[in-house]
Amino acid sequence: MDSYGGQGRMAAYLRDHHDKVVGRWAELVAAGVRSRISSDEVRHELEDFYALLLRVMAQEDEHAMGELRAALDELSRSRARNGFTPRETALGVFSVKEAVYELVADAVELAPEYLTFAQMIDDLGLRTIETYSAAREQIIADQSVAMLELSTPVVRLWEGVIAVPLVGTLDSARTQLVMEKLLEALVSTGAEQAVLDITGVPTVDTEVAQHLLKTVNAARLLGAHCTISGIRPQVAQTIVALGIEFGDIATKATLADALALALRNAGLKVVPA
Amino acid sequence: MDRVPIVKIGRTLFVSIQIDLEDESVVRLQEDLADELAATGATGVIIDITAVEIVDSFIGRMLTMIGSISRLFDAETVIVGMRPAVAITLTELGLSLHGVRTALNAEKGLALLNGTD
Repeated sequence: MDSYGGQGRMAAYLRDHHDKVVGRWAELVAAGVRSRISSDEVRHELEDFYALLLRVMAQEDEHAMGELRAALDELSRSRARNGFTPRETALGVFSVKEAVYELVADAVELAPEYLTFAQMIDDLGLRTIETYSAAREQIIADQSVAMLELSTPVVRLWEGVIAVPLVGTLDSARTQLVMEKLLEALVSTGAEQAVLDITGVPTVDTEVAQHLLKTVNAARLLGAHCTISGIRPQVAQTIVALGIEFGDIATKATLADALALALRNAGLKVVPA
Repeated sequence: MDRVPIVKIGRTLFVSIQIDLEDESVVRLQEDLADELAATGATGVIIDITAVEIVDSFIGRMLTMIGSISRLFDAETVIVGMRPAVAITLTELGLSLHGVRTALNAEKGLALLNGTD
């Protein structure tokens, strides 16, 4: 985006018709966003933009373009965060062309300058889309980090018995996190029995099995006994079909069975009250 | 070269590794431990690696070898106090320390050897 000078007459003309253009622009934008933001709010935002636009067109100072871009980026980001579509976001910029065109359609002498003006608006509109998608990607990245944190709790089932309920797909990054959390919990609680519950893991393939085996082996190195629970019938079939060997690792159908085994290993007995 | 001290407590030999292990000191430890096992007739060996922060395949193999040597003297080896990071490294290296038992800390290791656990 370079300089968009040579719009002196256009700038002067638009300045004279300030209220009319901003009014029409706000109308178009408000229709586009379907009253999710109030028309007063829209108008307020557009007033600022309009003022910046005129400053850029009139080339009064060299900071105007920078300020305009910064304001535009900020608006696009806030639109992205508030769940507006890219179309609605870009429309906010593009619709100024319509508002201005309706006005200058009769003024033939402004036609060449209108072309420059339209190019400038197109550039700004594309910029909003770029900023919008960058903001969305940032949101997605933040969410996946948050999900990773949320999805790996270590719970204490009993004195000396901890469990990790795994929910969702297991990949290398998550296994690493699960392993670290489990081992840290073993050390900090002094637990000797651990249960890895995979009820919430949708599919178990060779890779996932490999990850589970690694975690169990690492827990073993610390001196803990690790049981895998929550193996569903179809998962059991997959495991056998794939020829995965869990070796001497204890596996149980439900978390309750695994807890019973862990208690027995810990030398505890459950008796009726 | 630093030597790793071997302490005899009852019928158990207690080895606490507090130094950065070099190849030479590891070999020396194996020799010392074999001598000590032969001399004392100890039935258990506890190796405390709480202070070990970095391991490689050589140290992993060393731990397994100590286990094998001890078994020849009819003594059981328990490795205690492994740090999570060390456990992850050993697992990633594919070393699962077969033939060696593990415990969370020295107390639990001792209980394991004495059969009270």
